[in-house]
Amino acid sequence: MPKRLASSLSDEVLEHVFSFIQSEKDRNVVSAVCKSWYEIERWCRRKIFVGNCYAVSPEMVIRRFPQVRSIELKGKPHFTDFNLVPDGWGGYVLPWITEMAGAYPWLDEIRLKRMVVTDESLELIAKSFKDFKVLVLASCEGFSTDGLAAIAASCKNLRELDLRESEVDDSSVHWLSHFPETYTSMVSLNISCLGSGEVSFSALERLVSRCPNLRSLKLNRAVPLDKTANILRLAPQLVEFSACTYSAELRSDVFSNLAGAFSNCKELRSLSGFWDVVPDYLPAIYSVCSRLTSLNLSYATILSPDLIKLVSHCPSLQRLLVLDYIEDSGLEALASNCKDLQELRVFPSDPFDAEPNASLTEQGLVAVSLGCPKLQSVLYFCRRMSNAALVTIAQNRPNLNRFRLCIIEPNTADYLTGEPFDVGFGAIVEHCKALIRLSLSGLLTDCVFEYIGKYAKKLEMLSVAFAGDSDLGLHHVLSGCESLRKLEIRDCPFGDKALLTNAAKLETMQSLWMSSCSVSFEACKLLSQKMPRLNVEVIDERGPPDSRPENCTVDKLYIYRSVAGPRFDMPPFVWTKDEDLALRLSP
Amino acid sequence: MENDLNLKATELRLGLPGSDEPERQMIPRPNKRTLSDIVSEGSRSTTEEDHQDTAPPAKVQIVGWPPVRSYRKNCLQGKKDEVEGGTGMYVKVSVDGAPYLRKIDLKVYRSYPQLLLALENMFKLTIGAYSEREGYNGSDYAPTYEDRDGDWMLVGDVPWEMFISSCKRLRIMKGSEARGLGCV
Repeated sequence: MPKRLASSLSDEVLEHVFSFIQSEKDRNVVSAVCKSWYEIERWCRRKIFVGNCYAVSPEMVIRRFPQVRSIELKGKPHFTDFNLVPDGWGGYVLPWITEMAGAYPWLDEIRLKRMVVTDESLELIAKSFKDFKVLVLASCEGFSTDGLAAIAASCKNLRELDLRESEVDDSSVHWLSHFPETYTSMVSLNISCLGSGEVSFSALERLVSRCPNLRSLKLNRAVPLDKTANILRLAPQLVEFSACTYSAELRSDVFSNLAGAFSNCKELRSLSGFWDVVPDYLPAIYSVCSRLTSLNLSYATILSPDLIKLVSHCPSLQRLLVLDYIEDSGLEALASNCKDLQELRVFPSDPFDAEPNASLTEQGLVAVSLGCPKLQSVLYFCRRMSNAALVTIAQNRPNLNRFRLCIIEPNTADYLTGEPFDVGFGAIVEHCKALIRLSLSGLLTDCVFEYIGKYAKKLEMLSVAFAGDSDLGLHHVLSGCESLRKLEIRDCPFGDKALLTNAAKLETMQSLWMSSCSVSFEACKLLSQKMPRLNVEVIDERGPPDSRPENCTVDKLYIYRSVAGPRFDMPPFVWTKDEDLALRLSP
Repeated sequence: MENDLNLKATELRLGLPGSDEPERQMIPRPNKRTLSDIVSEGSRSTTEEDHQDTAPPAKVQIVGWPPVRSYRKNCLQGKKDEVEGGTGMYVKVSVDGAPYLRKIDLKVYRSYPQLLLALENMFKLTIGAYSEREGYNGSDYAPTYEDRDGDWMLVGDVPWEMFISSCKRLRIMKGSEARGLGCV
């Protein structure tokens, strides 16, 4: 009987082999092969991703993986972005930092999304991790420039500081000046979310000039044009750049300075910012356009004719974010010029106006789907759509993997036929077999969910609003979508039946969000009893759900799987089946 | 006894005091489910501007819809409020024959020529010069505006400051239609 291969390889060899396996999913599979591989793998795992910070406790992570160098945590539910989650809900990072400060002295990367980060947490990071290199705070809040000053002062080897879309309080400290004169390691700096008072230009210029490895620089909107040109001249090696180009009127000296600065930047591949840009300044970037792969104009109120001119200079574009000012004509130009386009996001310039602000319809998206063979990822806000257009898009682009369509007015029907969009989205899920993310909108019946359950086998994240007729809709999705991890639903007539019938499914998913639906508190309690490894949290600011009549539905519901049990930091407006007051956050 | 109390004077209803407009009914749209509408803080008040619209009744803003991130909303909104330190004076501009509207901030401009030039650039048309006697005769388009009283006036008829404070919206009419609006 031949010796099994697994036992003839020494631990060191296995560990060396495992070091080539970077992906989380693959690592998890490796650790499940046998007990000895589990042991070896857990000692050499360096990178951890926790998609829901309440799914596991920091102690559990540390116990299993004692030598982690890099951690990524996500906190609040996605719908927080749209003000559906009240302040104080949770997502505090301090307990994690506190535990890791003791257990992981060599931790060098922390990436957080939608978490509450205090100055205390930042100071603890600065103090505890000697070789700290990467701090990414995406859509976070709770900290001020004081915390940033602590990071700047202590982290000698910091390479990346990225505050994308976070809310930072201005404590009036000149935090940038806290980087010592000896500090030269910055590679990526994103401070685009900071207000005008929070950045000192001279400190910024000194920092940029002494960091030769700086590749990505995203400044905030308060940087005037002449400063922009100066900074570019100090860092011609930049690959990614973001700056505003504010000015009241064209001045030829400022223009030529800016154009000259851009022409020095031979490595520049990605541009963003462009708040308050005056179209007359756009030609200043033409020298870099042919090499650009990513362009974010979604804050720029440039109109279609200028956008068309700009886009026609960018044949290498792979990623474009833009406002609906681009209009159908601009998207047609994009389709004929940018054959490498992979990702398109079109945002509404005036989302709350009933009347259209720009001539952008389904035609633009159809044109791009036809002209751009590599298009994979779409986010599109528009005011009118047809099933015919959706079917065409699906047939043109079966390689789509992310499709998010927002028809701005809820319950809008197909403008040509008056029908719901069941057939159109049905075509999307049927043809686009690699689809992992889908957002629905417009008038939709239970039928669309039947299609989704039947065809969307690779779908991981689904967002639904103002759709469906009955529990059957939710049932189709929960029973059919094998790969579903995240489901978020608002304002749909889905209730107890579908939820309780598919209780077991919920443990295979990361989370389920339902707000303004038809779920009763009774059903929530029942579900919670049935499924001990699910945290069933009702968010209701009206008071205890128990105090209302039994048929009254809950306001918001967030269900997620967890091996850590119920959390200890719930605010007063989050309710679970347990009345245990010890689980509440003390005021 | 009831006549003495003059109940009508203290009655709560929509509309300016002194106007006798009946309370407006919210017309339910076809195919619409009742939504759990909550008016968000940022919703615009339904002023008499909407009474005179032939457009559907003023929308109640739904929380979190459309799904535009607060960060993005604040950036666009912040821009709107940033003009000269005060709040902007945004008015809608429509052009006869064009299917969509634009919004401009009147506070950005200092005089009629500046405003007209901006409109010409924005909509790619010629408006030409205003003359007291003949209005915009001779050009294809004439800019008009609706003032506080609901009257449609030719842009340029009143002093700039008066225009700024009374203009509610702009409409660029085809020349032929506007001739009737020439100053008296």
